[in-house]
Amino acid sequence: MASFLLRRLLAVLPVLWVVSVVVFLILRLAPGDPAAVIAGNNATSEDIANIRSQLGLDRNLVSQYGIWLGKVVQGDLGYSYYLGKPVLELITQRMEPSLSLALGTALLAVCVAVPLGTLAAWRMGGWLDRSLSAFSVAGFSVPVFVIAYALIYVFAIRLQWLPVQGYKPLFGAQAGSVWDWVRQLILPWLTLGTIYIALIARMTRASVSEALSEDYIRTARAKGIGEMAVLLRHALANAAVPIVTVIGIGVALLIGGVVVTETVYAIPGLGSLTVDAVLNRDFPVIQGLVLFFSCSYVCINLLVDVSYLFLDPRIRH
Amino acid sequence: MRRSWLKVMAVVLVASWLVMPAQAQNTLPANKVFRFVPHANLAVLDPIWTTAYVTRNHAYMIYDTLFSEDAKGNIQAQMVQSYTTAKDGKTWTFKLRAGLEFHDGKPVTSEDVAASLKRWASRDAMGGILFSFIDKIETPDANTFRFILKEPCAIVLDALGKASSNVPFIMPARIAATPGTEQIKEHIGSGPFIFKADEFKPGSVAVYLRNSKYLSRKEATSGLAGGRPVNFERVEWVIIRDPQTQFNALQAGEVDMVEQPSFEQYESLKKTAGVKVDDFSPAGYQYVMRFNHLHAPFNNVKIRQAAMLAIGQQAFINTQVGIPDLVRACRSIYPCGTPLADENTSYFTGVANPVKARELLKEAGYDGTPIVMMRPTDLSAITKLPLVAKQQLEAAGFKVDLQQMDWASLVARRAKKEPPNQGGWNLFFTTWTAQDIGSPLSSAMLNAKGATGWFGWQDEPRIEALKAKFARAHEGPEQKKIASEIQALVFETAAFAPLGQYRNPTALRSNVSGMLQTAGVPVMWGLSKN
Repeated sequence: MASFLLRRLLAVLPVLWVVSVVVFLILRLAPGDPAAVIAGNNATSEDIANIRSQLGLDRNLVSQYGIWLGKVVQGDLGYSYYLGKPVLELITQRMEPSLSLALGTALLAVCVAVPLGTLAAWRMGGWLDRSLSAFSVAGFSVPVFVIAYALIYVFAIRLQWLPVQGYKPLFGAQAGSVWDWVRQLILPWLTLGTIYIALIARMTRASVSEALSEDYIRTARAKGIGEMAVLLRHALANAAVPIVTVIGIGVALLIGGVVVTETVYAIPGLGSLTVDAVLNRDFPVIQGLVLFFSCSYVCINLLVDVSYLFLDPRIRH
Repeated sequence: MRRSWLKVMAVVLVASWLVMPAQAQNTLPANKVFRFVPHANLAVLDPIWTTAYVTRNHAYMIYDTLFSEDAKGNIQAQMVQSYTTAKDGKTWTFKLRAGLEFHDGKPVTSEDVAASLKRWASRDAMGGILFSFIDKIETPDANTFRFILKEPCAIVLDALGKASSNVPFIMPARIAATPGTEQIKEHIGSGPFIFKADEFKPGSVAVYLRNSKYLSRKEATSGLAGGRPVNFERVEWVIIRDPQTQFNALQAGEVDMVEQPSFEQYESLKKTAGVKVDDFSPAGYQYVMRFNHLHAPFNNVKIRQAAMLAIGQQAFINTQVGIPDLVRACRSIYPCGTPLADENTSYFTGVANPVKARELLKEAGYDGTPIVMMRPTDLSAITKLPLVAKQQLEAAGFKVDLQQMDWASLVARRAKKEPPNQGGWNLFFTTWTAQDIGSPLSSAMLNAKGATGWFGWQDEPRIEALKAKFARAHEGPEQKKIASEIQALVFETAAFAPLGQYRNPTALRSNVSGMLQTAGVPVMWGLSKN
């Protein structure tokens, strides 16, 4: 187990290095100049050249990359061109809202989708199955922002049960109560959760229905085991690997999903930080974020792989 | 029985944990907290390092100025108590008001003023011109500073009372000692609000508390001048990027004011219960089309003039804004309604004349070289302008290569002097507040110093000579005459084309009153909530 983890972690390093090189090159070779954005509308070309020089953007690419990588190895992701703050501090500051949104959505999706998908597979062709299919099609088809505006209109504007926008932190000087935190996130969770509920429920339904047609299920039923035990202990347990895989992929995809949701609900998370950094060509922040997202993605994949060892004893052998 | 009690206690504990805040927070009455949505994310806090309007507006919250512009556009004393000018016009002596204090408790002194002005002049064009007249700044005592000029200068008060970026805000000397090319790290002013640095989250919220020690002037509030009464204990700038969410938040009463709602929401806002529309900046903004003077075909003045003949202002403002109440055609390079405005614009009528443009184009020998026109797809304030220009220029016989990009790419590309087929450009569009272009000395587009000038790099020494003359001329008719001469040269050389004016009203909750009309700055003093 330990050697498996170590091997997997070591294999991550070249991946991260390649990601860092690609991102660095894409940013430097793409159109746009942070110095020009910083200089503003009144600037002259001279002003822009001066700012480029201060930011070190007039050095050659190899030298710029070397300096950046040297700092990253020491745990320093550099400073934002705009905010003048360490990138690591910015990421840490924005992590709580994004994690709250992403993990809450994942939890909601799993808690709703797995039972629904399992029941739909159990009663295939029934009203629940048909409703779930219709919901899945709708969940995949309707854009996130449309769901968001519809929910805001109903629950925040018409009924006034929930707030339109904002985020109340759980920790720190501005922390509110747990209920304040939950209240701010209910609509974002529902918005972002819709597509993941659709995705996971469909996968659960397919996997469980496949497992239900296996010989060992027939054997279990022939032995007189109760239907619920058959469903949970035999069918769902054996269908778990593909379900966990899709949950892992879903959580990784949430990284992209939070950008739109954070924008619509004005949640100050990593998504909005990314949008601002890209629009302003704040290279150190973009590079830091991509590195962070890559690490997160790799970690999620690793967790999924490790979970296989527990879910399917055959893999251990 | 005992087990039941334990259960009840557990439920109570969990419920308390759910509803109790982690830390006790001060609760202020609702009418003492004001939530404002600025037009852009407040990222940079240094108003000298950047010209961004959102930073300028933030700075008006926490810093004070020596002079300010009143509602009629006149310059009035603000931090200054009195001033005198020597007979030869070369010595200006200013006395600061007694008792002015920075937020850190230190008094405002003439040394702070001198350091702040030096830093400002190192970045601001008008400040640079003023300092080219200044031989030295003396600080004979803590409340007095003196300009010793090399020769008389007519723009001293205009420069010190400059309302838009960069504004000569006064900060402590130790902070103002930071070079203008570096961002300051502390944000301490002597203005009516104190910046809560510990609560500032870029991209989310900026918090200001009322400065109870602020020494407001006794005069009535007028524009940015006069008294600055503050009726809120706490002001929060809430960053909401999405225009629809801004609208929803205002409708739900979660915010009190949205600085620049989108034009598409204007009619809905007017009809929404609990919301009203008002205007703090009646002078508004002007759209502009800028030529690159370095490269063909616009290195030929006749071709530039042909392009100006092809332009019809009404189509631009109708397409981009689309609300008749908010737009007006204006041919003057100084926005209509401002003191130097002059609609005597020779051949430029602001009405599209494709026939005449085509004739001039033929006469100029236009060879069909495509015009590289840059369109910022992510900047809703100007994104439709290039589409109109393309149609109008093509109607006059131009070939147009419309290139779409985001604003960050556009501002990088417009700094390139290479020919259009090597990464350069021919045309771009922008917008200015009336205050930025109301004077020949503050208008970046009138920087005609060639390669060291503003993007487009017009090389026209006659404009520069007239600007120098303007700075020395007496205020009033003499300056206005020179401003008109500059405008005549702008049209003669077809430096750029004004595309019309517009206003961008603000949206407020109906219970907010007292909004001031200023030189384009949304101020939080004077406002109150019922």
